[in-house]
Amino acid sequence: MSLTKDHAALAQVFNNDEERVDWHDETLWFVRAKRDRASHGIPDWELLRETASRIKHNVLSNMHNYLVQFEENALANGIKVHWAADAAEHNAIVLSILKEKGIERMVKSKSMLTEECHLNDFLQDNGVEVIDSDLGERIVQLAKEPPSHIVLPCIHKKKEEIGDIFHEHLGTAAGESDPQILTETARQHLREIFLTRRAALTGVNFAIAETGEFVVCTNEGNADMGAHLADVHIASMGFEKLIPQRKHLSVFLRLLTRSATGQPITTYSSHFKKPRPGQQMHIIIVDNGRSIQLSREDFRNSLKCIRCGACMNTCPVYRRSGGHSYHTAVAGPIGSILAPNLDMEKYADLPFASTLCGSCTNVCPVKIDIHDQLYKWRQVIVKNGYSTKTKTAMMKGMTLALSSPAIFNLSGKAGRLALKFIPFAVNNGLNPWYKQRDMPTPPEGSFTDWYKKNRKGGKP
Amino acid sequence: MSREKILNAIRQNQPEYQPLPEEVNFYFEDVDLIEKFKQVLEFIGGRLHAVSNYTEAKAYLESIMPPAGRWITAVPEFQDHATLIEPGDPHLLENVDVAIIKAHFGVAENGAVWVTEELMGARALPFITQHLVILLNKNNIVPLMQQAYRLIGNVEYGYAAFIAGPSKTADIEQSLVIGAHGPRSLTIILTD
Amino acid sequence: MKVGLFVPCYINQFYPKVAIDTLELLEKLGLEVGYPLNQTCCGQPMANSGYEHLTGSTNELFTQNFAGYDYIVSPSGSCTLHIKDHLHSDRYPAESKNIRSRIYELTEFLTDIIKVDNIKASFPHRVGLHQSCHGQRGLKLAQMTELTAPAFSKPEQLLKMVEGIELVPLTRADECCGFGGTFCVAEEAVSVKMGKDRVADHIKNNAEYITAADMSCLMHMEGILKRQKSPVKVVHIAEILNAAMV
Repeated sequence: MSLTKDHAALAQVFNNDEERVDWHDETLWFVRAKRDRASHGIPDWELLRETASRIKHNVLSNMHNYLVQFEENALANGIKVHWAADAAEHNAIVLSILKEKGIERMVKSKSMLTEECHLNDFLQDNGVEVIDSDLGERIVQLAKEPPSHIVLPCIHKKKEEIGDIFHEHLGTAAGESDPQILTETARQHLREIFLTRRAALTGVNFAIAETGEFVVCTNEGNADMGAHLADVHIASMGFEKLIPQRKHLSVFLRLLTRSATGQPITTYSSHFKKPRPGQQMHIIIVDNGRSIQLSREDFRNSLKCIRCGACMNTCPVYRRSGGHSYHTAVAGPIGSILAPNLDMEKYADLPFASTLCGSCTNVCPVKIDIHDQLYKWRQVIVKNGYSTKTKTAMMKGMTLALSSPAIFNLSGKAGRLALKFIPFAVNNGLNPWYKQRDMPTPPEGSFTDWYKKNRKGGKP
Repeated sequence: MSREKILNAIRQNQPEYQPLPEEVNFYFEDVDLIEKFKQVLEFIGGRLHAVSNYTEAKAYLESIMPPAGRWITAVPEFQDHATLIEPGDPHLLENVDVAIIKAHFGVAENGAVWVTEELMGARALPFITQHLVILLNKNNIVPLMQQAYRLIGNVEYGYAAFIAGPSKTADIEQSLVIGAHGPRSLTIILTD
Repeated sequence: MKVGLFVPCYINQFYPKVAIDTLELLEKLGLEVGYPLNQTCCGQPMANSGYEHLTGSTNELFTQNFAGYDYIVSPSGSCTLHIKDHLHSDRYPAESKNIRSRIYELTEFLTDIIKVDNIKASFPHRVGLHQSCHGQRGLKLAQMTELTAPAFSKPEQLLKMVEGIELVPLTRADECCGFGGTFCVAEEAVSVKMGKDRVADHIKNNAEYITAADMSCLMHMEGILKRQKSPVKVVHIAEILNAAMV
């Protein structure tokens, strides 16, 4: 196992402050409730999900051709197309575009891909200043933290803490925590940034093979403010963002925001097809492990993800452990099936950070079988040797007891000792079960004992 | 080169071909589209005002918008009330208070309107302005995004957007604040 | 019709009354019920921990024990789902396949196969129904709040036949309790917090009892209730359905 703290340890720290856990849980449950109201308002919601899922299956199965088609059309539209095999190449491409133009300051709208690639750190190390323009991302950037949620980056922060950050960095009055006033302050601060930055980087929500255009969705208008005022617009996308045709947006745009926040659509769904006169527009198509994930039959469907975050909002574990406990760019259930593909050892804990309750699978707008993939990753991780020796020994002991009726029943008679092989049933202070939970009261005898006494024993 | 490397890996690893689903007609309630559009628009923080002519529209705008300040329009009929936009550096739009543009059509299910670049005058205008006014013909409201993209078809544009309400954020504790980086208000003027 | 009773390991050892009530309930309905004495466990504790490859012997044992029955019934949605999804036998592949399609969780067996329309039982208490995830989302014992689809609930359908029972509504109708097999110890902090929150929902809505079709969830919640010295008790749905008329 790696030396960094795993999900369970980080979650335990998060749970030291129970009131905060309650607040975090309620805040995200509120978003889940909004999602429910929005989706239940569409009578054929399930058909919409099924349609989106099938479009994405087609994309996965024809990815090569769609990418070639997209590139051809984008080039014809006057967009420069780059290909990055991994995070390092992506970051190097961004830097070279900026260097060519002599640009040392860039504004960026939300892009989880750049989080995945750790672009900000790389550019800063190379003398380029990056300012995140999404309000939530700007807040965590000022706090020197990664986002804890892909749609709501600072959902883990209370407004008083944000007030303190703004007081320190943006000069608001000490103790000011009114969201209205803090947002207005950020608006003024970032307006100056938008007006003075010559390069803007955005993410991509959807790229359309048929037309070579890409769509960016925001509520704040920050992607557009950045892109329309900059000489250079760089759009970074994982290759799985492709969809075949423009009309397919009618399916995905109906699902995305209703799933994410319960809004009927984001304020802006911006379709970028050509650079404006005098502007340079770049697209960086990134692999970074995606083509490997595509080869994994059990896990390739995770590439259908449209990054709505619904699985996080509904996840009872995410809500009570916080995004940072997943120690990866994309947290929550979807992150837990994506991350092991990138580094199985480092993220060996994540598929176990779930009760497999299955709520994630039900809210997923593109019907990714998230909880089944969590189960399957567990098997792969153990088989590849990323489990602990203690756990393996315990599992082997349990298997032994449960494979032999003689041992199982004998142990039962001797005070149900078999239970010591059931990990949640050891009655001592060291057992995590007993820390905050009592044990069941041991009965006189097992059901098997009762059955032998009360029914003509054995099979009828 | 990474391009070939990536494409080869994808070709090798992608699953067996699966066809696109057959196109289905999604359900929509048989309701008054204008009423539905208005209801959703107000839910997402926008406002709607119906007029029978441009004179009425101008009078209405004068009553609700800051009188002094810079008004810019991409609609020639409004040039006596606002400056007609000219091509140029978008940074010069920095201090626009009110922008008036037209939309092609609206979508009842989400309160969005479809605007392409040539209706904006400048791509930056609908975002950089403090207040945005969009003229929409009341006969041009479709029920769902499905009909919206059927109307859009394969039309050519450099840039286009669905705009649904004023810019907003709920990044601080999920409290909704209208007026993030884009307009602080959105007014749809419904015309005959 | 020959019914084989599958009693999950922890019910056998810790909650024999649940198994007794299940057996008596099935017998009352006139069914011929057998209980293979050599049964142990479905193998889920290993499989959910990533050790499905160690479940070969429990799978073989399960197949041998239950191959001869028309139906296999179990008072656990979770263990039933595990068998349905994962049982396979190299020695008796046809038999294990047959078992997978013939195993039913108790409440769905009663509503879908036996189609019971009345139950002679009485339970004059306010009861909160916990929807165990594997039963609900796995076996589809009840509609799920995430979906846009008509409501139904097999456990509720049965409980409504019980005299005197008052089902209390919950604020979060189908949130997980946090048991999750080995999750309950591996992720102790989150597991307990989830359990506390679930229990609090029932208490807030004035439940005297929390019931479910899975004893594992109830064992977890019972552990929390007892530690809190709460008067609220847990009761398996079989215990309610077999509760004597007063």
